[in-house]
Amino acid sequence: MEQLFGKILSAVSGAFEGLVQTFINDFIVENRWRYLVNGLGVTIKVALLSAIFGIILGAIVAVIRSSHDKTGKLKFLNLLCKIYTTVIRGTPIVLQLMIIYFIVFGSVKIDKSLVAIIAFSINSGAYVSEIIRSGIMSVDNGQLEAGRSLGFGFVQTMWYVIIPQAIKNVLPALANEFITLLKETSVVGYIALEDLTRGGDIIRSITFDAFMPLIAVALIYLGMVCLLSAGVARLERRLRASER
Amino acid sequence: MKDNAIIKVRGLKKSFGDNNVLKGIDMDIHEGEVVVIIGPSGSGKSTFLRSLNLLETPTAGSITVGEDEITAAKANVDVLRRKMGMVFQQFNLFPHMSVLRNMTIAPEKLLKVPADSAKKQALELLERVGLLDKADSYPNQLSGGQKQRVAIVRALCMNPQIMLFDEPTSALDPEMVGEVLEVMQNLANDGMTMVVVTHEMGFAREVADRVLFMDEGHIIEEGTPSEVFDAPRSDRLKSFLAKVL
Repeated sequence: MEQLFGKILSAVSGAFEGLVQTFINDFIVENRWRYLVNGLGVTIKVALLSAIFGIILGAIVAVIRSSHDKTGKLKFLNLLCKIYTTVIRGTPIVLQLMIIYFIVFGSVKIDKSLVAIIAFSINSGAYVSEIIRSGIMSVDNGQLEAGRSLGFGFVQTMWYVIIPQAIKNVLPALANEFITLLKETSVVGYIALEDLTRGGDIIRSITFDAFMPLIAVALIYLGMVCLLSAGVARLERRLRASER
Repeated sequence: MKDNAIIKVRGLKKSFGDNNVLKGIDMDIHEGEVVVIIGPSGSGKSTFLRSLNLLETPTAGSITVGEDEITAAKANVDVLRRKMGMVFQQFNLFPHMSVLRNMTIAPEKLLKVPADSAKKQALELLERVGLLDKADSYPNQLSGGQKQRVAIVRALCMNPQIMLFDEPTSALDPEMVGEVLEVMQNLANDGMTMVVVTHEMGFAREVADRVLFMDEGHIIEEGTPSEVFDAPRSDRLKSFLAKVL
């Protein structure tokens, strides 16, 4: 009985020691954890800046498209915006990223993370524009009339009156878009930018252990998404509270 | 009748597709005058009022406010609209702003009024309509009558020369109509030029300097309240009054 117990104990501790050894080899030796930390920095930078530029671009496109829908003006700009959303939503992001890196900036030396930010901003803007446009359409037309009758121009009314309400209405959809964006940045490895995913993969290729680095990377993404969701939920509550 | 016309309307027509809503309106509105427009629904009275600040673009005809022809192609509509306050049936307060912010945003952004004096003016106006304690509330926390009183003082914050009211009491519960009409009456007593589309015949009779009866895109009859209500000439006005009074 005691023998069996001792065997189990030594097996468990052996397995544990093995895990610790792999962990040290994956993350501690030669400071390999830095691949993850540096990669995480790149991922956050690309995702955050792309989200900001994406929402600006998306808002502009949404305003152009919905003012065309409401007034019939801006025909040419509306057409441009339609082509933009169709092309961007109709092709894979990996391809857009590679086209921008290898073709558009093919002959220039340019920071890869800048290329990634440009590609993801353009990509995200197309999706965000449709989300915000549906939000603008959901705001009662009386709001536009009230803004205009006070003397605000169309763009001012959009900015002060319509868009804040539109964004509040579509906040869940926007949050979803940013979660998707955060995870989609994992394809920047295609242009050899070392983000979080790439960092885990580099560790794997050095230590030949796939399990720990990849699971670690997955857990970090999961943690970020959970934080993001919690933050959005809080923001939503705060925005709603002002109306009750 | 004073001869200083502040709004001149000439040959105003408006169609939506094949539907001719306004079929040629000519009228003047004088400074300090309260004009009440009555008529059955679909008569074009709201469309006419909304044309006055170009929420509807006229199909033909001209509108002159003060010296400016606002229907001219080069007219700066946004600047002209600042002179005209508008109150809507559905209030149209901005739900994401406090009552105070609803009132101060336009003067601050458009007239470049400093934040503290815009706030001071707004609070004074709120006090006048008995809503000083609601300054920090949000529109959804207010009753219909309170919302409409806020909407009126919001428009007043731009110091307009003319106030337009588009059925301001039609969306209100009956017991709240009085408080809104009282505010409007006080405004009229202060000498504000007002154009009011309403179904409140009592208000028209008491407050109006002139009553216009519209039907099918025309002004059928106009005159003082007693002329219109006590001695209607046309059959259409007679049958309308028989239904509403």
